[in-house]
Amino acid sequence: MKNEQILLSVSNLTKNFGGIRAVDSFSFEVREGSVTGIIGPNGAGKTTVFNLVTGLYTPTSGSILFRGDEIGGNRPDAIVRKGIARTFQNIRLFNRRTCLENVLTPLLQREKCSFAGALLGIPSVRRLERELHDKARGLLADLGLEKYALFQASNLPYGLQRKLEIARALATEPSLLLLDEPAAGMNPEETRNLANLIAEVREKFGVTILLIEHHMDLVMNICSPIVVMNFGGLLATGTPDEVRADPKVVAAYLGTSRRPTNAATEESGKESCRSFGAHVPGATSRRPTNAATEGEGADATGVKGENNERFGN
Amino acid sequence: MDYILSIVILAGINMIAVLGLSIFTGFTGLFSLGHAAFVAVGAYTSAILTYYYYVPYFLALAAGAAAAGAVSLVIGVPTLRAKLRSDYFAIAILGFGEALRVLLENLEITNGARGLPGIDDFTTLPIVIACLAGGVFIARNFLRSRWGVACIAIREDPIAAETAGVRLFRTRLLSLVVSAVFCGLSGGLLAHFLSFIQPQMFTLIQSTQLLAAVIAGGMGSISGPLIASFVFIALPEALRVAQMWRLVAYGLLLVLIMVYRPQGLMGYSEITTFFRRSSGRDGGRRS
Repeated sequence: MKNEQILLSVSNLTKNFGGIRAVDSFSFEVREGSVTGIIGPNGAGKTTVFNLVTGLYTPTSGSILFRGDEIGGNRPDAIVRKGIARTFQNIRLFNRRTCLENVLTPLLQREKCSFAGALLGIPSVRRLERELHDKARGLLADLGLEKYALFQASNLPYGLQRKLEIARALATEPSLLLLDEPAAGMNPEETRNLANLIAEVREKFGVTILLIEHHMDLVMNICSPIVVMNFGGLLATGTPDEVRADPKVVAAYLGTSRRPTNAATEESGKESCRSFGAHVPGATSRRPTNAATEGEGADATGVKGENNERFGN
Repeated sequence: MDYILSIVILAGINMIAVLGLSIFTGFTGLFSLGHAAFVAVGAYTSAILTYYYYVPYFLALAAGAAAAGAVSLVIGVPTLRAKLRSDYFAIAILGFGEALRVLLENLEITNGARGLPGIDDFTTLPIVIACLAGGVFIARNFLRSRWGVACIAIREDPIAAETAGVRLFRTRLLSLVVSAVFCGLSGGLLAHFLSFIQPQMFTLIQSTQLLAAVIAGGMGSISGPLIASFVFIALPEALRVAQMWRLVAYGLLLVLIMVYRPQGLMGYSEITTFFRRSSGRDGGRRS
């Protein structure tokens, strides 16, 4: 394990939104081939880290090295081309397009072809299009979506939309795949299937996986190492057993004896976490505002704040 | 007969401009209240070239289209780079369009507000039809190319598009340039059909009419806006017997479409898919 290469290395990463420090000199590493999990109470800054790594936010300070190259502050599309793909906490598909077109979009962006040739529809362009169509269908088949190729993405059931988003991310041929709460809104059965799917995807596409998740069962089963965040910084890191046994982690999730406890936190998503934030008066004064920065903020994607104006409509 | 012919030609010319705006608004999801400016650039450039410099007609048409594309960069680069939200962009381009019209009214070479009379009337119905058919062909190919697919991805979700590898600024700019080129071609044809142009023909009202055709025809559709454009040009003329009521009917039609089909006539689909659906091949898969 020791000799495996470091794929992503984040060090002293900091992100401020106005006076709020959402990520506070956070450092962690992702080894090639691993399934690394990021956990932490809502508002801990997990999604902000994803947004920084994928270029949706520019870091205030700190560095993000991918295969040794600094990518902090690069444009999202440049980072995708380097091999980091992601899914979103609140699914973001091209809703009015078919599943096939959703997967075809990133595939096409990878191709170089002449603009004039494309406008005139010359045979070589047509041939390329057919090849990519087949490739897209293959990807859909890999995720068990081949039946839905011509369905409009928004008409798919929720669980399949998540799969489609993974298929679209895989179409960029990433070496690192970031999954932002892939099991959100899934029942236990679906969550188990998701664990299998993640294992399959990792096997088949040879991708390294970094995932944010609130389902502790899922994280403890498939992730190693696990990185625990709290208040924008690193709280603990280690194997599932180490993390589970770490008193700091237990305190962050359950509170210490001096504070009111909130046992529901690790089970479910926002509602309990919101109350978690509100019910821990002992936690620093920054806590509630920070919670508002992530998760429950205005924009459902976790992309918001100063960068909002970048994304038109 | 001449009268009907001229209406059909005018409708065809308008359809080419609407086709361009449809790429920008219907497929890229950016609104524009200034595309008449690009029609004006195409019209004036080609007219000046044939009028003063005796440049061959088709060359002048191409130059007009190219000039419109170049002018679109002037407004597109600063506004799209700043990633203005769609509604702000619509306002910015509105100001640009009006400023350009004032410029045309004050330049020597455009003969100011009096306009340019006596332009050769080269434009005929076969030429318009050929340009329109070629335009539809190129627009369709564009929209299935990587660039067009990127435009549609931006319309659906700019953030997801970026994380799928789409270059936001470049793609939006390209969409604007392509749409401006269509409008420029339309302008060149218009100038050489009417044989007279003046700045008053390219005001905000014209921009609004282009946008109305795209919205009423349906976002994300090529055929819808073309049908709407034809109807909007032909209808007021066909209703001329009703005299002053014709504009009321025009407005009423627009309101009715928006109330009963907010997605437009063909929102996000093409007329061809209806035929396919009725033959059962696409059976209800797309809503």
